[in-house]
This record gives sequence, C-alpha cells and structure tokens, in this order.
Amino acid sequence: MTEEIIIAGFGGQGVLSMGKIMAYSGVMQDMEVSWMPSYGPEMRGGTANVTVIISSERISSPVIRRFDTAIILNQQSLDKFESSIKPGGVLIYDSNGITRHPERKDIAIYRVDATEEAARMNSSKTFNMIVLGGFLKVKPIIKLENVIKGLKKSLPERYHNLIPMNEKALQRGIEIIQKV
Amino acid sequence: MKKELRLMKGNEAVAEAAIRAGADGYFGYPITPQSEILEYLMEANPAETTGMVVLQAESEVAAINMVYGGAACGKKVMTSSSSPGISLKQEGITYIAGAELPCLIVNVVRGGPGLGTIQPAQSDYFQSVKGGGHGDYHLIVLAPASVQEMADFVDLSFELAFKYRNPVLMLSDGAIGQMMEKVYLSPQKERSKVFPDWATTGKPATRERNIITSLDLDPNGMEMHNHKLQAKYNEIREKEVRYEEFQCEDAEYLLVAYGTSARVCQKAVLLLREEGIKVGLLRPITLFPFPTKRINELAGQVKGILSVEMSAGQMVEDVLLAVNGKVPVKHFGRMGGIVTTPEEVVENLKSKIIGG
Repeated sequence: MTEEIIIAGFGGQGVLSMGKIMAYSGVMQDMEVSWMPSYGPEMRGGTANVTVIISSERISSPVIRRFDTAIILNQQSLDKFESSIKPGGVLIYDSNGITRHPERKDIAIYRVDATEEAARMNSSKTFNMIVLGGFLKVKPIIKLENVIKGLKKSLPERYHNLIPMNEKALQRGIEIIQKV
Repeated sequence: MKKELRLMKGNEAVAEAAIRAGADGYFGYPITPQSEILEYLMEANPAETTGMVVLQAESEVAAINMVYGGAACGKKVMTSSSSPGISLKQEGITYIAGAELPCLIVNVVRGGPGLGTIQPAQSDYFQSVKGGGHGDYHLIVLAPASVQEMADFVDLSFELAFKYRNPVLMLSDGAIGQMMEKVYLSPQKERSKVFPDWATTGKPATRERNIITSLDLDPNGMEMHNHKLQAKYNEIREKEVRYEEFQCEDAEYLLVAYGTSARVCQKAVLLLREEGIKVGLLRPITLFPFPTKRINELAGQVKGILSVEMSAGQMVEDVLLAVNGKVPVKHFGRMGGIVTTPEEVVENLKSKIIGG
C-alpha cells in the first residue's frame, strides 16, 4: 500500500502541520512516511503545500507530481493541482472562497466545508483537523486512534490540553464530509 | 542499546546526530535551506549535557577558521552551510586539507550560480569532488539520500575524517535537508577525552612540538607533502568506495544518481519495470572516492547509461571516465532549484538511451 498525498492552501491554514500529523500517525502505525514541504518563495508569498507519502514499503521519491489524493484549501491550489490527481484518485476540498469548482469526471470529489464548520464550532484553529477528519473518512489508511497518538507526538506537551478539542474537530470532519 | 525512532527533517537529523556522535563543536552561520541545523543545536544547547560547543560565528569565513582551530587541537568539530556559504569557506577548507586535519563540513546544496535560489540542486558536485579550493587535494565526499543517512553519515564522517586526517564533506541538498522521514538515532556517545598524538594540546617535556600548518616555503618539502597526500587519496580510493545497487542484477540499462536524484530514479526504475524495461540504479554513496570500478563492470552488462543529477551535467564526466567508451552515456537533470521528476527520468532514458 502506498498513498501519495498533496495538501495545499494558504500559509497559516495549518497545511504543513496537518501533513506532519498525518506523517506522525503513519509512524504510529509502523508505516514508512515522508513529508516534503514547499519551503521556498511559495511559503513566503502566501501559499503552502506539502507532499506526504504513507507506505507499507520503502519510499522511493519524496518528490512527486502525480497524487492519489489532493487536499485543496484555496482556489490557487485547486487550479494548480486538480490536473495532478491520478485517474481514479480523490480530491477533497473546502468550498470556502472557491469560485471555480473542480471539474474532473475521472476522480472522486469530496467537499468538507471546514472553514464554515470551524467558525460554527468557534475554534478556527482546529480547521485543519476537520479537514483531516474528512480525509480519514474517505481514505481510512490511518486509524483515528493513531492520529491522536500522532497529535500527542507532534504537539509540545504544553499544548496537550488542546487534544480533546482537536479530537472533536476530527470527529466533526468525519461527519460532515460529503461526496460531490 | 535500542535505537530511538523519531520523525525528523534531514537538517535536524544532522544536528541531533552530531550531539550523539560526541562532537566537540559546531560553528556555523545561517543560510536557507540548512538553517535548522544551527537552530536545532542552539535549542538543544548540548553545552549543558555533553559539553559540545555550538556557536553562531560572525561569518562563514570565521566559522570555517574556528573549525580549523578546533581540528588542530584534535577535537571533533564541524560546520554546515549551503552553496554560497560553502564557496566562502573554500579557503579554510583547502588549508584544513593541506594541514591534514579531520573535520565535517555539511553542504545542503541550493540552486546556483551566485546567490541562486533556495531550492534543492546538485550543481556543487565539481566543487565538492574536484577541489573547490586551490591545490591538489581531495575531500572525502558522502552523499546521503535519506534522513536516516543524514544522521548515520555524521558519525561515519567523523570516523573517516580521523582515520585519514582528512576533511569529510556531506553533500546533501535542500530536499533531503527539508523533508521529514523516520530516523533511528544511535545512542549518545561520550565525547573523547584522549586526543590524537598530532594534536596541538600543549607541549609536554617528553616530546617535540606538534606543528599544524599548510605552509612549507621549501618546494622540495612541499612536493614531499603532496606525494604523501596523494598516497593517502589513493588509499582512500582503494578502501572507502561505497555505493548501493537497486535492481541491477538483470539490468539492460543503468541509471547513475546520488542523493535526491537517486530517490527519484528509484521510482523511475519501478515505473520503467512496470513497462517491462529492465533498468537498474547505481547510487554512489561516496562521490570521492567514486565507484569507478563498479560502474565500469556494469557498463559491460548494460546497453546504455543515463547519469541523473540536478545540474547541467557534472557527475556525468566521472561516469564517462568510468565507462571509458564501452557504452553510450548521457546526462539528464533539471537545474536552478527544480527537482527532476520520476516521469522525466523515464522519458529521458527512453529518448536519450533506449531510442538514442
């Protein structure tokens, strides 16, 4: 099993940390993982993306251009990565701020309106965990319990009091994601 | 003792491995994409645990000369930088090589020339293996291709550096420095309390003075010194070649690539084999000494070789020398901070070698 994922959005949406939690969860599940961020001008200019690979085998290239799953959190990223999804692959997106919705017919498209939901839950910081919850529903390659373990690993101890709130957000994401 | 599992960036792995290898000192100056090495060490503050000194120097030139000084005292010392910063260090590096001192230099390569870009590249190959500074000298050059190797090669580098009294360069790149992977960390080593007999640790009455210098105004003496250096480089060529083969047993075509490009090529091998094309990958782990002999042997087995490097074609010259005309050899690689993709390698092997 190898799952090649791109997560892309604005800087500050928690794109890189969502990827990091995914990678940690993979480690908790005894899988091979790689996490390759955009660290260049993109990061400084507002958009951020990260490639996460989770595999039961040794990972070859950490740098790839075609993805099994794309998690897209803004319009620029949708424009950039919609065509990079493998046929039969998955696109998960938050429709907030999206003016041109995805058009491909050969992939499965899911909507998780996490921005809206986070506002409703009054915790904008757990936005990325709502999205991650949606991913877990669609691609159950990592178990929720391992994500919680991954969260514990990746968050400094002083933030461990925030874990229940993140767990709630993950659950909410699992509930609200819907196929388009 | 069981190794500790962590998820880390390549840069962080270098830093943590340096502490665990029992390094005495790190002297650096920040530059993207390797600043996490200095940042990690500053935060870890090993002065309080192992006693390792971590210092942000006023410049790259100062940092390499601090390394020179520490190495002259027989200490396990290191520096790190990225391409433009490594260029600044070249004077110090050739002095250290001339004075036959051990140290570790880490280059997390970014696109050039000049200030270039902050994205990954492999265009510092010539500088790393053919000199960089002036004079007839070589560094031992290790090319890590994973976060695990970023950690493992720190200890290996110190071992080789002290064995041969020669600086060792880890030639990495922005992709390996910035990506996170699983890494198993070795247990903490004690910092050494005994120093080599050549180290300038203070002259006791029982022996002559130890002199560390790269200067000899007598050309006869300097030629003798050069002969000694060359004999050492030949011994290194003989004993320290390291490489990894991937699906080479039945290969009809061969890819040669190191570092990030080797990872990309592994994927290309898998893609090509799905199409029934028998391709193997030879990954040099040491770039000096280069796996010349093994590549020459494989040239007797395959129909053509593609050298893949994120450069305009530097390592390909050493592949050509190794192959010595036996089969066609071509280069492929993106430049200026663009990482080559597996699909591009597949296309180029087909167009330049199979169809070429």
